[in-house]
Amino acid sequence: MSDVVLLVVTGLGLGALYFLAASGLSLIYGLMGVLNFAHGSFMVAGAYAGWLTMTGLPDSLGVGVRMAVAIAVALAVGALIGFVVEAVLIRPLYRRHIQQVLVTVGLSLTAVAAVQGVWGSDAHPLDKPAWLAATTDLAGAEVPNDRFLFIAAALLLFGGLLALLRFTRLGLVIRAGVENRTMVEALGINVQRTFSVVFAIGGAAAGLAGLLAGVYANSVSPLQGGSMLIYAFIVVVIGGMGSLTGTAVAAVAVGLVQQLANYYAASGVGDLSVVLLLAVVLLVRPASMQGAH
Amino acid sequence: MTTTTTTSARRQEAQPILRVEDLHVRYGGSHVLQGVSFDVPATGVTALLGRNGVGKTTTLKAVLGLAPRSGGVALAGRDVTRWSVTRTVREGVGYVPEDREVFGGLTVEENLRLVGGDVGVDAPIVGELFPDLVRRRAQKAGTLSGGQQQMVALARVLLRDNRLLLVDEPTKGLAPKLVTEVADVLARVAQTTPILLVEQNLPVVRRIADTVVVLDAGQVVHRGPAEELVSDPDLTRELLGVSMRREARQ
Repeated sequence: MSDVVLLVVTGLGLGALYFLAASGLSLIYGLMGVLNFAHGSFMVAGAYAGWLTMTGLPDSLGVGVRMAVAIAVALAVGALIGFVVEAVLIRPLYRRHIQQVLVTVGLSLTAVAAVQGVWGSDAHPLDKPAWLAATTDLAGAEVPNDRFLFIAAALLLFGGLLALLRFTRLGLVIRAGVENRTMVEALGINVQRTFSVVFAIGGAAAGLAGLLAGVYANSVSPLQGGSMLIYAFIVVVIGGMGSLTGTAVAAVAVGLVQQLANYYAASGVGDLSVVLLLAVVLLVRPASMQGAH
Repeated sequence: MTTTTTTSARRQEAQPILRVEDLHVRYGGSHVLQGVSFDVPATGVTALLGRNGVGKTTTLKAVLGLAPRSGGVALAGRDVTRWSVTRTVREGVGYVPEDREVFGGLTVEENLRLVGGDVGVDAPIVGELFPDLVRRRAQKAGTLSGGQQQMVALARVLLRDNRLLLVDEPTKGLAPKLVTEVADVLARVAQTTPILLVEQNLPVVRRIADTVVVLDAGQVVHRGPAEELVSDPDLTRELLGVSMRREARQ
């Protein structure tokens, strides 16, 4: 029983990280039709911004305070980078999908090379508060506390985004834009401004995902964004591109399948199971690939 | 002074709300509009007619900026060809597209609030022209009938102050009773706002249009009073390939 509890909570924690990484990707694709391969770079930027903040702040502040500041910085840096990338690289290329893919892939490669050039290729250990490294007894299972942080962060983001979409004018424009962007423009609404905000929101979520992935791995590294991005794409496709709730459900499913398969089958089978899950979803519901577009 | 003011007012009245000059649209290798030119008077309904595929919808889209265009489009004397779609709409060009294109996942209220801001179905014009929408404010637009969706599409655009409305086949696919209702609404709207109307239903054209512009193969082939065209069966058959008698029976 305790094994199951541990696996489920760990799977939910992993799913929470995937949701943080995938939610922005899904919104960006849903509204703008942009497959943002640079999303992993946003995660790396958030992770390194957080790490630099942690190491730059005086130890006297305590690791908990430094972590809280680091999370805020990761969110801000992710949002800023998302905003700038949209304005400089993506905006001139709307509706030119091949060029978008080339630019965002190029940016992701460049970002990794830049990080490696400045801070080296090795992973850098990331401090975390003692309570985050400790465990909590849950129905006999010793669950690492950081899993609860991931789940709480994902729930906050999910709730915040749902509230944004449901109760604000920006959310109304986003929902309409996901359905029919051209018609939103034809009603005199400046969709471009909405694009910028959505990219910034996606960047902030990715920055947070990057830093929390660092907490999960106890370190940050230049390549962490790439591996997270693959799972984020899988989650977005399974959940239906552009669907936030679908993304949340898919993230939980992927996290649980991965954990359970790794434990009950063999180590490494979890990754294979996720790919099989993706294949099954695409066979049963091929429209997942098309999403809102 | 009085004379000058009167002359100026007359000139303004005589000035078309929309002037389209030598408008071209190309999609890839296809030259859809080949130098279309016409004026839309500042009052009444101007019907844009023609057989299927001659470029009527493309003309509306090109006026709005939704189609890649070259040539001249002027709104009340101002060149709009370099304006974005958003700016054109904000400057007073309302657009009701073919097939309505309401946002099916949004409620009726949300569809209207997209344009009306804080005011949705509670706007006086909605209660006056579309009372059914007030009752259906919480219903998802995607679950409405075609006629109700058309009402949403019309109401949505009327929440803005328009100087010109572009309305594309508003009666397409509607039952006869709804066709009459939509025509009634357009006739009332046209009392205050000029309309450029793409319409295949000739009885509707006869009822509400003042002038007609007929397109064929991407070019204007006829301009004139609506009555002149629809009361001449031979001309109607020649330009549109249909007979008014047959249309009336339908």
